[in-house]
Amino acid sequence: MAEEDADRIFHALADGTRRDIIARVIRHAESVSALARHYPMSFAAVQKHVAVLERASLVTKERRGREQIVHADMAVLRRTARLLGAYEEIWRERVARIDRLLAED
Amino acid sequence: MPVTSTQKDVKALTLTYVAEFDAGIERVWQVWEDARQLERWWGPPTWPATFEQHEFVVGGWSHYYMTGPEGEKARGWWRITALDAPHRLEFDDGFSDENGNPTDADRPTRAVVTLEADGGRTRMKLVSRFVDAEQLEQMVNMGMEEGLREAVGQIDGLLAETSR
Repeated sequence: MAEEDADRIFHALADGTRRDIIARVIRHAESVSALARHYPMSFAAVQKHVAVLERASLVTKERRGREQIVHADMAVLRRTARLLGAYEEIWRERVARIDRLLAED
Repeated sequence: MPVTSTQKDVKALTLTYVAEFDAGIERVWQVWEDARQLERWWGPPTWPATFEQHEFVVGGWSHYYMTGPEGEKARGWWRITALDAPHRLEFDDGFSDENGNPTDADRPTRAVVTLEADGGRTRMKLVSRFVDAEQLEQMVNMGMEEGLREAVGQIDGLLAETSR
C-alpha cells in the first residue's frame, strides 16, 4: 500500500458518518440520495463524504439513470484488515513471550 | 496459548486484544513496569529491544531501540498518559530518529492496557488505536519477524471474512 493511498484511506475512515456509509454499502449498494436520507445533513454534504471515500478507493460510484449507486470496494477494506491482522500477530507473539517470562518464576 | 480473544475494527482502526496469564496481577504489572523485563518481550527474538529510558510515571517518557540481525537499530518512544498501578496503563507510542527524537509525537498510536485479577490469574486487555496506516505499517514492519510476515499473508482469506 503506497503511503498516500494509506493516508487517504485512514483520513476517510476517521469520520463517523463515513464509517457508517461504508457499513451500509458493505451490506448492499445504495444510491447517494438514499444514503442522504439516513443523515441529518444536506444531500451535498453526504455527496462530499462519498467523494472522500471514493478518493480513498473505499467505495466506487456507478451511474444508473439519474441515480448514483455507491458500492463498497472490498479489496481495499481487506487490505486494511490485513494490516491490522499483522499487528495482531505482533501482539500474539508478545503475549507468548510474556507468558514464557512469567513461567520462569 | 494464553490468548483468549482478539477483535479488529477495520473501520475504527482499533485492535482489542485480551490475554489471560497464570500469574497474579502484581506480577503481570511488573512486565510493563520493569524495563529489564519489558525488554524480554517487547521486540521479537531477531529484533530485541533495549530500553534506555523507561519513566513509569504519568508524563514520563520511554526511549528504546530494537537491534536487527545486521546490527541495524530501529528506535521508538512511549509517553505514559495515565497510570493506576496495577490496574491500568495508557501510553502513546511511536517512532524516533537515530538521535532518539520522536518523529511522530503529534500522531501516536494510543494504547490502553487494563489488568484484572481473576483468582490467581490475570486478564490483560490491550486496546490499540491507530491514527494512520503509514504508522501502522511501520509498526508492523518493525515488530515482526520475516517468516511470520509470510504466515500472516496466508491468513488473508480469514481476515477478509472479518471485514465482510
